[in-house]
Amino acid sequence: MDNLQILLDAPIFSVQLLIDGLLVGAIFALVAYGMALVWGVMNIINICQGEYVMLGGFITYLLFSWGISPFVGIPVAFVVLYLVGWLTYRVVICRVVEQDLFISILATFGISILLQQLMNQLFTADVQTAEAGLGTAFLFNNMVTVPWVKVVGFVLALSVGVVLVLFMGRSRMGQAIRATAQNARAARIMGIDTDRVYAVTYSINAAICGAAGALVVMTWVVQAFQGLAYTVRSFMIVVVAGIGNLPGVVVAGLGLGAAESYAGFLLGAEFQTAFIFSLLVVILLWRNYRLRAQRKVLR
Amino acid sequence: MSVRRFSPYLAALASALLLGSAGPAGAGESITLGAAVSETGKYSTNGKHTRNGYNLAIKRINEMGGINVGGKSYQLKIIYYDDESTPARGAQLAERLIKQDGIKYMLGPYSSGLTKAIAPVTEKYGIPMVEGNGASRSLFNKGYKYLFAVLSTSEQYLAEAVNLAAENAGKLGKSASDITVALAMENDPFSQDIRAGVLDDAKRHGMKVVIDDKLPKDLSDMAATLTKVKALKPDLLIVSGHSKGAALAQRQSSDMKVDVPMLAMTHCEAAKVQDKFPGTSDYTLCATQWASTMSYSDKWFGSASDYANTFRAEYEGYTVVPYQAAESTASVLVWADAFERAGSLDTDALRDALAATEMQTFYGNIKFAPTGQNVAKPMALRQIIGGKYKVVAPSKWAEIPVVFPKPTWAER
Amino acid sequence: MKVILRYTLIAIAALAAPLLFPEYQIQLAWLWLMVVFALTWDAVGGQMGYNSFGNVFYFGLGMYVTAVVQRDLYYDFEEYETLAGSLDTLPPADYLTGMSLGLAASAVCAVLCAIVLGSGILRLRGHYFAICTLGLGIAAGEIAAGIDYIGAGSGLVTPVFPDGLGEKGLFFCYLLLALAAVTFLVLRWLYTSRFGLAINAIRDDEDKAEAMGLHTTRYKTIAWCVSGFFLAIAGGIMGDLIGFIDPVDTAFAGATFGVWMVLMAILGGKGTLWGPVIGATIFHVTQEIFWTFLFGWQRVALGALIVIIVVFFPQGVMGFARARWPDRFGHRVESVADEGATQ
Repeated sequence: MDNLQILLDAPIFSVQLLIDGLLVGAIFALVAYGMALVWGVMNIINICQGEYVMLGGFITYLLFSWGISPFVGIPVAFVVLYLVGWLTYRVVICRVVEQDLFISILATFGISILLQQLMNQLFTADVQTAEAGLGTAFLFNNMVTVPWVKVVGFVLALSVGVVLVLFMGRSRMGQAIRATAQNARAARIMGIDTDRVYAVTYSINAAICGAAGALVVMTWVVQAFQGLAYTVRSFMIVVVAGIGNLPGVVVAGLGLGAAESYAGFLLGAEFQTAFIFSLLVVILLWRNYRLRAQRKVLR
Repeated sequence: MSVRRFSPYLAALASALLLGSAGPAGAGESITLGAAVSETGKYSTNGKHTRNGYNLAIKRINEMGGINVGGKSYQLKIIYYDDESTPARGAQLAERLIKQDGIKYMLGPYSSGLTKAIAPVTEKYGIPMVEGNGASRSLFNKGYKYLFAVLSTSEQYLAEAVNLAAENAGKLGKSASDITVALAMENDPFSQDIRAGVLDDAKRHGMKVVIDDKLPKDLSDMAATLTKVKALKPDLLIVSGHSKGAALAQRQSSDMKVDVPMLAMTHCEAAKVQDKFPGTSDYTLCATQWASTMSYSDKWFGSASDYANTFRAEYEGYTVVPYQAAESTASVLVWADAFERAGSLDTDALRDALAATEMQTFYGNIKFAPTGQNVAKPMALRQIIGGKYKVVAPSKWAEIPVVFPKPTWAER
Repeated sequence: MKVILRYTLIAIAALAAPLLFPEYQIQLAWLWLMVVFALTWDAVGGQMGYNSFGNVFYFGLGMYVTAVVQRDLYYDFEEYETLAGSLDTLPPADYLTGMSLGLAASAVCAVLCAIVLGSGILRLRGHYFAICTLGLGIAAGEIAAGIDYIGAGSGLVTPVFPDGLGEKGLFFCYLLLALAAVTFLVLRWLYTSRFGLAINAIRDDEDKAEAMGLHTTRYKTIAWCVSGFFLAIAGGIMGDLIGFIDPVDTAFAGATFGVWMVLMAILGGKGTLWGPVIGATIFHVTQEIFWTFLFGWQRVALGALIVIIVVFFPQGVMGFARARWPDRFGHRVESVADEGATQ
């Protein structure tokens, strides 16, 4: 455990890892919130979540390559992805929304392959980036560096979260969405157009992912085949936090980011992905064990 | 008729459909080469460079009247399949090219992993394959007789970087054996082979390897590894992870202001780091199989820089011609040369002709060892200075002396 | 009698195909693999209702175990891995011994893993089970990519197919055909037995089945073992056919094989005996046609195909036919099920 020794000798790097992890986690949390929304309201696990992130990244990259600031990309990606989400809902999702969950998993998986390959054909598989040109903050005598763009991402992720909470709590549509989540049939009887609620929910989710994608392309790189990483992480976050638990999603997202950061450092990068997926299996088993202990069955 | 009874006939019908759909390739006055190249999947960027390289060679050769085999002139063409960057598919497609399409002459895929999957197939059927993108050493110790590679094997990729660090250790006030090395290599056959080569070189100089991370294939963040680099302050950071690894390492090392005296990578040109990170990519060292400033030439393309100009005129979006394209073009030229010397279309005669290859192309000299790798061409190392690639090693081609140690971020 | 005649005809067709169309031998070998994939997935996913994305775990496990047994029996580990000198091809007898021992070992390993993993994972339900198995498959690939003994990320080259065993394509085509046939017959027998009724009961309502006194966990574990058993053997054979094992792209290829097996079963009709076979055939042929004619766009087409299949044909070919022609097909299908139950 040489790596552990480094951390013990120079705890300042622990700060670096923690900050990096938390900043990454904020973006995961953003994507996960969209997933929790769709899962809770529509009972759909959206496998093409990561592809919406990737799409948002490509839109921002496109603007950047036309000489427009990538920050403009955040609202643009939000709007474009909202439309993409709407279209997807009207063409495919509305046909699977009331069906078996497994059907929707496969349908969204199909969409994810479609989007990946489409982007590969349109943008080539080149790795793309968009420079925000914000520079880097130095802390603790230059021992800890924080790229400003990550901080911006963090703040934006949290503010989008806050806006969503307000939207859900205050607006008419938000109330309709919550009512549908509680009981779709009852909501319909009460005169709520659940089809429209579903469409809005799904589109909002896509739009959030688009904004997250804009942050991803400013912080790291975007590539046509990177979606699954975001899908799986957001799924894990939702499972841990529980559906419809926004503070939980935020905490779990930040926690996952930090855990991953430490795992990459301590175990070596080769086991970083393995760690995440093993963690997923363990979390599910542990959750099931705990529920069994409470004599509840996990469905 | 019940479904149960019907289904096997359905299956038979479906197979018959498939049979009708892909007949053997027409011969006529042309020679057909076969290749499975990544059009989709994680290698598709480099797959595109590979395909462009092949196509440019075919176009040029055909423009010049094709190739003359035993007094008869033939045009060249290529059948492509998409291996989707997965070895299982690559092996399956190689079988398909050989058995179904009747291909007798193969060109290589992109990446060592795919070549590793395809080589046993071509070997089994005795079909010669000339490849320019499978550099792993393990390809050339299996006794393959039908595999010929125009490129230098992967352990040579970054050997020059380690040597340069050793030679210039004095500038850091150290001796060569005090140099510390950090490795961040993707977990795939190609990069792991580079790692093996670097480990050997480091050992030879008595250097100490302080970080040895294997980057996952679906790499999206290198922060953990780079934090380790900041903690341990190695003198030399070596990264290899195809295009994505190069782009991420370049971006995050400047975002996190990671200061190392030397940053050496592969695939800089393929990832276009000089265009994507203008300024911050300066002083990065990049291994290359080929550079357009080298003084090689041939009858098809002229000099290396002529090739670069032809290539840029033909394909949009390239400021620097990636060596992946150049070595692919060279593979086709080797085939053309072998056809003309063999004067026959027989695969065994061609294999012998390939084995006896001794030629100069714009890409470099080509002469195959008995195990199939090209032993007549050195690797080169370039440094990005002011957004331009300048050869710094080997000394024969060097345009400028290496800038070492590179300026710290605070100084830039 | 009719059944026997039917199976004989199919057997003759399957045996003759690689001889009649020698250039398609490898294609046929892959077709039989796809049939095994779809059948084994359907045993757990279709008949028992446990939709797994991680069955590819057993495939990869079998591939690695077989390759390692073959390697360690006849080669020195150092010599094989350190890239020194060229290796000789094994004599045919040694190759076959290594392969059979390897396949046996991989089958045993798979069953043991299924028992151990099943005791935990099979307690999960619904989509938690699906995603947990997805995680299992991906984690296995990533872990395998970190173990040097099995070649880590550089992959593992399996022994070269020796001369003297006839043509490679023919050998593997018949081997996989035999595997597919045995898998089919064993599953057919299982579905007609009490076991088949039990797993169908679990699919329909697990809590009720348990209340009726079924040891559901035991049945679920057995079904997973059966599935893993055949998949591991298939994996071992494929390792030798492909010749190169990459941990993530060949062995634990969840994004390709792992999803295809689900699709093929759904396409043909899950929970039926012939559905997976039909689904695998249609899928394989369609895919090959896409690959030939839609260069570069084949995966776009595949994605669209997946969406169309699950949105418009969630019951698959068998289900579609049953619903479309209830008089002509439904009755027959019903009677087939009855015939199966009484045999």
